[in-house]
Amino acid sequence: MAFDFLIQLLVNGFIIGLLYGVVAMSFVLIYKSSQVVNFAQGEFLLVGAWACWWLLAKFSIPFYMAFFITLIFMTIFGILVQMIVLRPLIGEPIISIIMVTIGLSIFFQAIMNWMFGVFTEPFPEIFTTKSVNILGLNVQTVYLMSGLISILIMVSFALFFKKSRLGLAMRATAFDQQAAQSLGVSIKQVFAAAWAISAMVSAVAGVVFGIVNGISSGIAFMGIKVFPAVILGGLDSVLGAILGGMVIGILEHFAHYLDVQFLQVGNLIRVAPFYALIIILMIKPYGFFGTKDIERV
Amino acid sequence: MNLKNSRPCGDFRTSYKSDMSMFEDKKGFYLAIAGVLLLLISPTYLDSYLLSLLIYIGFYAIAALGLNILVGFTGQISVGHAVFFGFGAFASAWLNNNFFIPVFISIPLAAILTSLIGILFGIPAARVKGLYLAIATLAAQFIMEDFFSRATWFTGGVDGASAEPLKIFGIFFDSDEKYFYIVLFWVIVSFILATNLMRTRDGRAFLAVRDHYLSAEMMGINLTKYRILSFGISSFFAGLGGALYGHYLNFVSIEEFNIQLSISFLAMIIIGGLGSIRGSMMGAAFMVFLPEIMDWLTRSLSGTNIDNLLSLSDAIPFIKEASIGLVIILFLIFEPNGLAYRWGQIRAWFKLYPFSY
Repeated sequence: MAFDFLIQLLVNGFIIGLLYGVVAMSFVLIYKSSQVVNFAQGEFLLVGAWACWWLLAKFSIPFYMAFFITLIFMTIFGILVQMIVLRPLIGEPIISIIMVTIGLSIFFQAIMNWMFGVFTEPFPEIFTTKSVNILGLNVQTVYLMSGLISILIMVSFALFFKKSRLGLAMRATAFDQQAAQSLGVSIKQVFAAAWAISAMVSAVAGVVFGIVNGISSGIAFMGIKVFPAVILGGLDSVLGAILGGMVIGILEHFAHYLDVQFLQVGNLIRVAPFYALIIILMIKPYGFFGTKDIERV
Repeated sequence: MNLKNSRPCGDFRTSYKSDMSMFEDKKGFYLAIAGVLLLLISPTYLDSYLLSLLIYIGFYAIAALGLNILVGFTGQISVGHAVFFGFGAFASAWLNNNFFIPVFISIPLAAILTSLIGILFGIPAARVKGLYLAIATLAAQFIMEDFFSRATWFTGGVDGASAEPLKIFGIFFDSDEKYFYIVLFWVIVSFILATNLMRTRDGRAFLAVRDHYLSAEMMGINLTKYRILSFGISSFFAGLGGALYGHYLNFVSIEEFNIQLSISFLAMIIIGGLGSIRGSMMGAAFMVFLPEIMDWLTRSLSGTNIDNLLSLSDAIPFIKEASIGLVIILFLIFEPNGLAYRWGQIRAWFKLYPFSY
């Protein structure tokens, strides 16, 4: 029984971890291309999830259409946020950048609470079967779907950066902004594109998370949970973010298992990632795949 | 941040001593004295509601001052200031309830205890900087919040801790009118302490660490020491503010010291002005009055079409919260130097009136 429970938790942890990985990836995308630490990443998830829910509940259109409209909306949303709020702050000290994204996060959270209320709203049922049996394990269909979507996003990310022109421009900007600019890459466009893609991908994660657990402002906490993941993987590594997300997801569910079975302290699922964060910062502040800052005078 | 250093014209200071004086000129000194006198008699002409707002400004200003020393003067970002504020509140109540230390002693003792905790957190934090420090302090915020809910011996757990009202010579300072003087006393002490700190070698070392830490290190400033010291001093003020807060409400609950409060503290120093002592006070006042103003605005709109359309009256808490986020963004974009800088500009304008160059 205890062993089954552990396996079940680890599978859940793995799938949630994939979702963390997706959010962490969109976080790293912004950080890498525009050197902005986005404390409002969680609110992107929230806005996306609510937008999709609103379309479904208000107009009762099919899910895939609502999802598609949400993605378009979030793309525009990301570009607008970058243009209106972040662009004037290019070159400001890091505290200003951090604070402005914190401000964004408070603002959007309050607005979302205002528009949609503080109670958890379930998504309309999308799947008829609740759970499928894989190798003797009960895996909820939504979890399976979220895992598949996460992997799909990751693969398309990889292809986008490898094959497309914009992806190449973004990689070039991340590598050396000045050199990229001198070779004709429009930095403004790259920044806007980074925010747009990040917001869009976050919205996908938000919708998936909303389908799994229902939508409430709790989704925004994903934006905070993303920090342990990105620190573990290294702030500027997309691969690291994915792995970090998975490790953190599994770790927190393992901590939950220990908590329930042996320790009985409670709340460990929420706090364990932050202990991990502190430990990682102490041992390896640049994570496993991050570039080390070397300062020359 | 550098605008502070380029003084406007009409600044006739010639000696080092006058440059380091606490007040810019005689007028500033008289203005401060007048302000304190005005506050001393304020219970006679303010109603109790405004007075309670002033008290709130008082302990928030003390805590914001601490955060400003850390963020504005030393350049270390902290997103977990509220837990130190909370620790001070719990520590004072704990000392008073368990060891029967009188409240007027337990308040500064709690501040010292908090500064020790701050140093404890500062030791690992001294290794990382900038963005990483922000994330580390964010983690500290959640870990300490978890500690508060767990340590029932210290905080009373979910029931919270009761804090006795302050008592000196048999007089209970339990009403707003009386407690106001206690807060005012500590506000004045803290602001004088902080101003003087910035005039000492340590204060200048903080500035050097902020402006260019590598150069500072080369000039013989021990970076680790000053980063940890800054954490300690900052937590001292946070603990002091928190202890005053606890004994004002007579009850400390574990719910209050969440990330929102930490962000409010950051908002106070951003709005007031990073690296400005008087800015901390202005920012605290702004952040206390902002919800009141939003409240008043919403109520003055009630009954109109806008109100009916958006159902504003139900949304007051959300409007207050959104306004906090909005002012942070607006200040960072349009007034990144904060209110203190604007205040200096206004004073300079009056001083130099017809010819400002």
